[in-house]
Amino acid sequence: MDAIIESEIAERAAADPTVPELFRIGRVKSETEDTFTLQLQPVAESTKISFLPGQFNMLYVFGVGEVPISISGDPADTSRLEHTTRRVGVVTKAMGLLKPGDTIGVRGPYGSHWPVTEEGGHDVVVVAGGIGLAPLRPVLYYLMLQREKYRKIVLLYGARTPEDILYKRELERWRGKFDLEVQVTVDRGASGWRGNVGVVTPLLSRAPFNPSNTIALLCGPEIMMRFAVIELQKRGVPAERMYLSMERNMKCALGYCGHCQYGPMFVCKDGPVFRFDRIASIFSKGEI
Amino acid sequence: MSPKALPARGGSVVFSPSGLDVLIQALIRRGYQVVGPTIRDGAILYDRLLSAEDLPKGWTDEQEGGKYRLKPRKDEALFGYAVGPHTWKKFLFPSSNVLWKAQRTNGQFQIVREQQKPVKFAFMGVRSCDLHAIQIQDKVFQEGLYADSIYKSRRKDVFVVAVNCAQAGRTCFCDSAGTGPNVTAGYDLLLTEVLQDGRHFFVAQARGRLASQLLAEIPAQEANEADITAAHSAVEETRQHMGRSLQTSGLKELLYRNVENSRWDAVAQRCLSCANCTLVCPTCFCSTVEDLTDLVGQEAQRVRKWDSCFTTDFSYIHGGSVRATPRSKYRQWMMHKLAYWLDQFGTSGCVGCGRCITWCPVGIDITEEARAIRESETTSSGVA
Amino acid sequence: MIHSLEPVIKEHPFFADMPDKHLEFITGCARNVQFAEGQIIFREGDSANEFYFLREGLVAVELLIPNRGATIIQTVGEGEIVGWSWVSPPYQWHFGGRAVQRTRALVFDAKCLRNKCEEDHDLGYEVLSRFVNIISARLDATRLQLLDLYGRHN
Repeated sequence: MDAIIESEIAERAAADPTVPELFRIGRVKSETEDTFTLQLQPVAESTKISFLPGQFNMLYVFGVGEVPISISGDPADTSRLEHTTRRVGVVTKAMGLLKPGDTIGVRGPYGSHWPVTEEGGHDVVVVAGGIGLAPLRPVLYYLMLQREKYRKIVLLYGARTPEDILYKRELERWRGKFDLEVQVTVDRGASGWRGNVGVVTPLLSRAPFNPSNTIALLCGPEIMMRFAVIELQKRGVPAERMYLSMERNMKCALGYCGHCQYGPMFVCKDGPVFRFDRIASIFSKGEI
Repeated sequence: MSPKALPARGGSVVFSPSGLDVLIQALIRRGYQVVGPTIRDGAILYDRLLSAEDLPKGWTDEQEGGKYRLKPRKDEALFGYAVGPHTWKKFLFPSSNVLWKAQRTNGQFQIVREQQKPVKFAFMGVRSCDLHAIQIQDKVFQEGLYADSIYKSRRKDVFVVAVNCAQAGRTCFCDSAGTGPNVTAGYDLLLTEVLQDGRHFFVAQARGRLASQLLAEIPAQEANEADITAAHSAVEETRQHMGRSLQTSGLKELLYRNVENSRWDAVAQRCLSCANCTLVCPTCFCSTVEDLTDLVGQEAQRVRKWDSCFTTDFSYIHGGSVRATPRSKYRQWMMHKLAYWLDQFGTSGCVGCGRCITWCPVGIDITEEARAIRESETTSSGVA
Repeated sequence: MIHSLEPVIKEHPFFADMPDKHLEFITGCARNVQFAEGQIIFREGDSANEFYFLREGLVAVELLIPNRGATIIQTVGEGEIVGWSWVSPPYQWHFGGRAVQRTRALVFDAKCLRNKCEEDHDLGYEVLSRFVNIISARLDATRLQLLDLYGRHN
């Protein structure tokens, strides 16, 4: 997979990387009250879809602006691009008004990816907080496709309320069909909710994985990841086996606008997925 | 005067000040837009030069932390000053540039790439610090995973006429930064201006065919040893009179160890987050993009503009800025310049030009901040 | 009963490194118990003379709020411990506890344990220092929950 991506980056770099490719909205799916998933197809036939789980695109809404959104679809499906987005600002709200057939600009894919190209033979614990499940969904697809390569796979997912749970049907399907342990918790319950209420960290301390032979993939608010890392460390997972997806302001995604700097690293190219030992020294420093 | 044959490659020639205009006109005839120092708005800025008359003949500058004044000289030196608030990034990395335009019909749109207007620059009077800065930006914009096509297209045809500094500014520290005052590489033509015993002349060296051709059009003589010695002395004098100094050994590690040093709180009390330092810094490269439309929403364009890590929204993500306080912003700027840059690009980001010291309204001095942090370590360990 | 519970208790990290004689005493205070889905385990205001070690299932810590009914604050699951109101006067539950799923637990006679801790301060230290860890972890989690991290913060 890496070699293909590298040659495509070279091809794209040769063209003007500041100019978006045109895609068409195929379908808009409402996930929760403020979150939606766009399914995109390229306008030009020559445009190929190809990405690694964890990467992101810069999505451009005509006249409004551009934002970095993680790709949330199945990397094995090259017929379309999926992005799950939350309406939080001007651009994402405008994006939420787009309809099937509308054009949207896409630049990418950019960034580092979840560690899927190595050998396997270990447990995988996936910790997702809120919309953080979206950048993790592609790696879950991949893990399910390559199920025999791994031992125990555990997904721990925290959402705000039962209504904010993303991809409900998919989670139930994976839980039922495959050997995937799914534990969901909500910050606030609702009537009829008979599951966990509370944050995701207590689930981590008791999750059934082998700390000395596991990788941990985390995505969510930084504070949630901070406490999750502490739990993982308490259980004996080494820093080099933890991967976090970080987020920073981005304007170019090409490594020279400077906005996404995180210490000496550029989140757009050294991240967004970071192996934890590489950021451990600045991770808990304020305002870095 | 008829042009003389040039000595063997690597040799220096000497010409009189009038030769400078011959050079400028020769460049203009070859289609170059000559840009260089000229006086405007009470400062020496880089702008279009149509002849040598546009140069700040007989002027010098007085610089200190938060201070810049022009003063007349007693002689007619053409390059008798340090550097002003402009840098060459103004031409290679324009402060505003349309990237592309888009046209909409109903829900669909098309994108039209902007043809960057081809332009050939001749940079007249590039100092050693600025030459290093250009090389640093070359790396940032051209040697990453993605190259910036705007920078590349403007950079490739630049003709550099470098000038060795014959006086140091009070805020200069290229010597300790390892970036001058001698120009050693990256030029097409190198000039050293000498005013000595009533004589006023330029010692010149050419690199490459075009530079040699141009030099051949200027009435000149082979430089003798005395001329070359005079040129060297002028630069050595400069080296001895640097206004500031920066201790660079172990600086990166020092700063990484002192992320929470109280000195950051002290400088934060003074810093206005005005972004002047980033505007005048020759290596600062941050940019932002603006998406604009016409009033009917049918035409859009994306414009790239200079940005600064000191702006409020620079590090904004959902709901707030990661770096909201002046403390964190100043720390980011200084640590990027002197520490992170080494990890990112293999060199320091600071070329010792001193502009940030001169143009800071409150005179914050990057060399003093670095010194204070270094000293705070020795005092705390009890070693003087 | 002591013999059948001992392995369960010994395995749990809460009891790790506890001297044998204390372990034995505590095991003596324990017995198995089961709750059906929806069954109320303890009510706000009841005397708090027990604490529970959940072996399987899910328990909701809740409050009865006027106009809102039974509101779940947090759930506590398999392998976790519920209840420390027995430690300090007036020894009353501050919250209600209800089995959200069918739950199997070990219930500990806290009144008996409390009295023994008064006599034997070494035992008291062993027990209370472990409860401090639980309360601290629960407080950390509650603080995180308070932050409403997944909410909109513009």
